[in-house]
Amino acid sequence: MKKSIVPLVAGAALAVSAVSASAATLDDVKAKGSVQCGVSQGLPGFSNPDSQGNWTGLDVDTCKAIAAAIFGNADAAKFTPLSAKERFTALQSGEVDVLTRNTTWTMSRDTDLGLNFTGVNYYDGQGFMVPKDLGVSSALELSGASVCTNTGTTTELNVADYFRSHDMDYEVVAFEKADEVVAAYDAGRCDVYTTDQSGLYAQKLKLTNPDDHVILPEIISKEPLGPAVRQGDDQWFNVVKWTLFALINAEELGVTQDNVDEMKNSDNPSIKRLLGTEGSFGESIGLDKEWAVNAIKAVGNYGEMFNRNVGPDTELGIDRGLNKLWSDGGLQYAPPVR
Amino acid sequence: MAAQDVLPSRKGSSGFSALNDQRVRGVIFQVLLIVAIVSFAWWIIHNTAANLRAQGIGFGFGILRDSAGFQINQTLIDYQETSSYVRVYFVGLLNTLLVSFIGVILATIIGFIVGISRLSKNWVVAKAAYVYIEVLRNIPLLLQIFIWYFAVLRLLPAKRDAIDLGPFGLLNIAGWYAPNPVLGRGFALVAAAFIIGIVATFVLRAWARRRQMATGQIFPLFRVALALIIGLPLVAYFVAGFAFANPPFSLEYPTPGNFGPRGGLRVFPEFIGLLMALSFYTASFIAEIVRAGILAVPNGQTEASYSLGLRPGHTLRLVVIPQAMRVIIPPLTSQYLNLTKNSSLAVAIAYPDLVSVFAGTALNQTGRAVEFILITMATYLTISLVTSLFMNWYNRSVALVER
Repeated sequence: MKKSIVPLVAGAALAVSAVSASAATLDDVKAKGSVQCGVSQGLPGFSNPDSQGNWTGLDVDTCKAIAAAIFGNADAAKFTPLSAKERFTALQSGEVDVLTRNTTWTMSRDTDLGLNFTGVNYYDGQGFMVPKDLGVSSALELSGASVCTNTGTTTELNVADYFRSHDMDYEVVAFEKADEVVAAYDAGRCDVYTTDQSGLYAQKLKLTNPDDHVILPEIISKEPLGPAVRQGDDQWFNVVKWTLFALINAEELGVTQDNVDEMKNSDNPSIKRLLGTEGSFGESIGLDKEWAVNAIKAVGNYGEMFNRNVGPDTELGIDRGLNKLWSDGGLQYAPPVR
Repeated sequence: MAAQDVLPSRKGSSGFSALNDQRVRGVIFQVLLIVAIVSFAWWIIHNTAANLRAQGIGFGFGILRDSAGFQINQTLIDYQETSSYVRVYFVGLLNTLLVSFIGVILATIIGFIVGISRLSKNWVVAKAAYVYIEVLRNIPLLLQIFIWYFAVLRLLPAKRDAIDLGPFGLLNIAGWYAPNPVLGRGFALVAAAFIIGIVATFVLRAWARRRQMATGQIFPLFRVALALIIGLPLVAYFVAGFAFANPPFSLEYPTPGNFGPRGGLRVFPEFIGLLMALSFYTASFIAEIVRAGILAVPNGQTEASYSLGLRPGHTLRLVVIPQAMRVIIPPLTSQYLNLTKNSSLAVAIAYPDLVSVFAGTALNQTGRAVEFILITMATYLTISLVTSLFMNWYNRSVALVER
């Protein structure tokens, strides 16, 4: 790889070039003793700091699982809050090691941006939220409405496609930060707030009167959200990819945070391979035998992670829906460990 | 480099090697410096390109021709989702220029009023101006933008309500729905009359000035100019309306719709918020510049003017301000440049300026940070240089001509 210090040609955004994006991210991570994850600036359920500055959420747990798989310690996960606009540059430039920031997997991002998506930790779709007193029950009644959204997201493109294809008028008001979108929508500047449905459930909690707002039934896009890493580092790509797969496999095999230690004695060869009592799968991705055990101990299996952060018993109250395991009729499916 | 002009050059006289010659050494150092700069630039460009390649990130300006796919609410030129990124660039650029241009004018007007008030003999006026300056110039601009957008404009009625401004349309939280001028067939005639009125005023002014110089008689220029610039088009309006049997110029008013008023000329609250914040903030700096400029004019000038019998208003306008301008213009230029550059804070409140739509949304949809940021920087540089050139030209025209 080229010299690591490349002076800024194009100001801040060209931190792009201040890359030490050496091919061996895993070595770098091990050397500094922590994993740096890019997360959102505060999206309840996915990545949100509490009053003590501790991050929680599904994306945060994904990051903690990676840290635990490498170091056996979930506290080795460090978080960098990023706006939608900053996120790719931060990853490209090596400011973060992995982006776990409710980011939609699209073709152009996967190819032209030099990123690799490692899987899907949440199947989402874009929806609309409106105030109840607007008396709207379908997105098709929104002709002439003004729509608040975030800049630099797939959301902005989807909403344009949707309104155009249904030949409806609209006006888009696009803010850089989610908090300002919420404030503007709450103030009545817009009739509609649009983002991924999970985001709508999360942001609804921040409104003055959450009960006065309703999320419309239409889902207008496919938004597979997942962790992303830099292209050209297959070893690191494998670590992140298989950590997520391990959590999904764990749920399928009935391995939970509480029973993971007993499960090591299981006779099921699939469980044995996952938990490292048989084979050397951990070593083959540059980690130790206990990688999956440590990840599961830190955050539980995928189902536990989902229920703890966004599931029906949380404030967000999101149904598993598409995110059920394939065996339960959902889309979550991980290749086997063998 | 300047050294060789100042110091006497000793021609390579006998006994000295060429290296001891001031001029030869000057040339050598200049060549070395240029080589250093060029190779540094080459190294940066080469290294960036290599890094982009190594990371598998595309590079090229061809992507600008792709269609953008997103909507922009305030566009001064025709724009659709299917338009290209080049179009996005021009939409953003025009929005930046619009808010900067109007902002500069407003800030100048407010700044002069406050700056002069600051020197007023009326204690209340002077203190009010003082408080204005100290408060506004000491609060960060971004906060002021938020105050205008999220606090002041929020006091307006909800989207499906509106304050009825009568002939000026409707006002609510989603902006000002001004009456939209619709041009009829005879409009060219009215426009022609307006231009003739302006040209005639200039000719008249030249004549009036000559006559005043020669005879001392004052011509009531203002009243006549008013008649020419407003009266003439008015006459043309009625003539054209009569001739074509429909009014050459009419106003389209907003009508109520499902989601608030529709139609009319829409002035977005993002624009109003940004414009107000930029104007009032920059005005506080301009006020201080104006005050400094006026105080720089020796008191004797004012006293002399009074002793010639000029009234305070005339003294200020004819004696003090023209001399103060020489001090005011250079720092004023900086403020204009600041205002233009500060307009890029627009992104915080969703005003679609160049940084927001081009270096923001478009950049993000394509992920081409290098290209988009380079173009944006070059654009701001150009705007600033053009502003500077204009102000330097104006500065020369008001500068003291030494005889």
